[in-house]
Amino acid sequence: MSEPSLVTRDLTIRFGGHVAVNQVSCAFHPGELTVIVGPNGAGKTTYFNLISGQLMPTSGSVSKGATDITRMSPSTRVHHGVGRAFQLTNLFPQLTVLENIRLAVQARSADSWRIFRPAASFTALTAKAEYYLEKTRLTKLAHQLASALPHGDQRKLEVALLMAMEPDIYMFDEPTAGMSLDHAPDVLELIAGIKADRSKTVLLVEHKMEVVRALADRIIVLHNGELLADGAPGTVMASDVVRDVYLGGATEETA
Amino acid sequence: MKQSYGYLAVRLCVFAIWGLLCFAPFLFQDVRALEVAARICIFIVLVASYDLLIGYTGIVSFAHTMFFGFGAYGAAILLKQMGPGWDAVALGALAGVVVSLIVATGVGLLSLRVKAIFFAMITLATASVALVLASQLSQFTGGEDGITYRAPDLFKPATKLLVDAEGKVVKIFGVSLNGKLAAYYFVFFSALALFWVMVRIVAAPLGTVLKAIRENEARAEAIGYRVVAYRTFVFCLSAAVASLAGTIYAVWLKYTGPDTALSFAIMIDILLMVVIGGMGTMWGAVVGAVLMVLAQYYLRDLMGVAADAVTGVPLLPELLNPDRWLLWLGIIFILLVYFFPRGIVGTVQTMGARQ
Repeated sequence: MSEPSLVTRDLTIRFGGHVAVNQVSCAFHPGELTVIVGPNGAGKTTYFNLISGQLMPTSGSVSKGATDITRMSPSTRVHHGVGRAFQLTNLFPQLTVLENIRLAVQARSADSWRIFRPAASFTALTAKAEYYLEKTRLTKLAHQLASALPHGDQRKLEVALLMAMEPDIYMFDEPTAGMSLDHAPDVLELIAGIKADRSKTVLLVEHKMEVVRALADRIIVLHNGELLADGAPGTVMASDVVRDVYLGGATEETA
Repeated sequence: MKQSYGYLAVRLCVFAIWGLLCFAPFLFQDVRALEVAARICIFIVLVASYDLLIGYTGIVSFAHTMFFGFGAYGAAILLKQMGPGWDAVALGALAGVVVSLIVATGVGLLSLRVKAIFFAMITLATASVALVLASQLSQFTGGEDGITYRAPDLFKPATKLLVDAEGKVVKIFGVSLNGKLAAYYFVFFSALALFWVMVRIVAAPLGTVLKAIRENEARAEAIGYRVVAYRTFVFCLSAAVASLAGTIYAVWLKYTGPDTALSFAIMIDILLMVVIGGMGTMWGAVVGAVLMVLAQYYLRDLMGVAADAVTGVPLLPELLNPDRWLLWLGIIFILLVYFFPRGIVGTVQTMGARQ
């Protein structure tokens, strides 16, 4: 197998006495889509926050390729190719859809410090932003404020922002949460498109089993902050311990 | 997408205001009116530079008059020490900007990471220190009395810009082409240039980043923007512009003291202007500054006229007594904020949408 693109070693974070993520060691490879599952409170989003930099670990490390990114700020990690979409819609509400995407495109160019030419005249940036609008089928909504979009389109914009950042590591946190069934396939198709590019690494937190089955190359299971199982979808889904925790005994555990 | 009628109306109105300011010496021929026009020009720049902070980036600072004061005192001290000359003005402007940049960078890097409320408190403390220093270091600053000095010779009222055959100053539409006129146009064109620069900045990619930080700081960081760096940069930028506005005002007034350049009353004026005009619009600075300065200078006169007009009617003349102008100013502010919750420009811009 190829060199891992992202590695977490003994990644741990404590909040007071509570260990939210406990010694999680895991390697992710280009061309592989890993779905992270686990009951509510298992530490999936916290694990994501540690990888993308919103939280700093108590101990352990995160590397992107050969670079140790454990102590880097979220914005620096973006420049190292780690991109993240959020579970709760997290956009720039009073900016237009096009401006939202252009910000993501612009973030990795030096043009953000250009202070004297109208933004609209940066045609390369705009063209790239329009490309991603087209790809995510948001072109018609380009000049709407993000806050005015229906929920499903906001979720699509969330995904579009991540794509426009052009990372090497794509992290999706429940991209279809709260979406109607007719919108969800659009988003899943986009993720499948990213997966088809064998140079990209995709991490996906997802609850819906049909999504997991359709996309996963590999599943890891988190439970109470610990890595419980890791392997091919068929093996993991069939294992007893996972059935117990994730499908059966989860409710009393989280209380 | 077409812009709304409200948006067009705002732009038309702002262009009209700049047009009126451009011809102010000819349209309003008295000393007080020219004073008002110059003050409006200065405050447009000052309020617009504050809008970069509060309206675009969401930074609340109470130190904006401090930077204004640095520029004003820089020019004032050097004009006093070196005598009237352009070298003193240029050096004063430079000194003001350099000191502003140093202080802004220091305050920014140390405290823009903390929560907005703490940052506001730190700026308040810094501004208080500056105010105390200005009154204590009286051998440089003149203390509470301030400094009186002469502006460059070009701006002396006796200077003749154009003379006719008999050596008398030329008049156009009854306005003497003298140094006073030159001084006004110095203020006007400097203010216009600074305002234009700021309008360009907010339209540039940087402007979108600033708005993104205001809208959603965490996400701006998460898509790759170093929020602290951008915040510090815009804090420095607005400080430098405020400082330049201070220098221009110092040259115009030929007097600089705590009341004209440093007091918290000015800070409150700036806040009111930006709120009334509309935050995050740039154009709001123009509308806010015009309304507020006009009200400060003319509301009393207007009330005097109104009180005279209603003599004989019970109670009304008492209410409209010019001495009560601050009461009415307060009522007007409350009504403006009530009817224009996003400021005049912010609210009007969204009206009259076109398909």
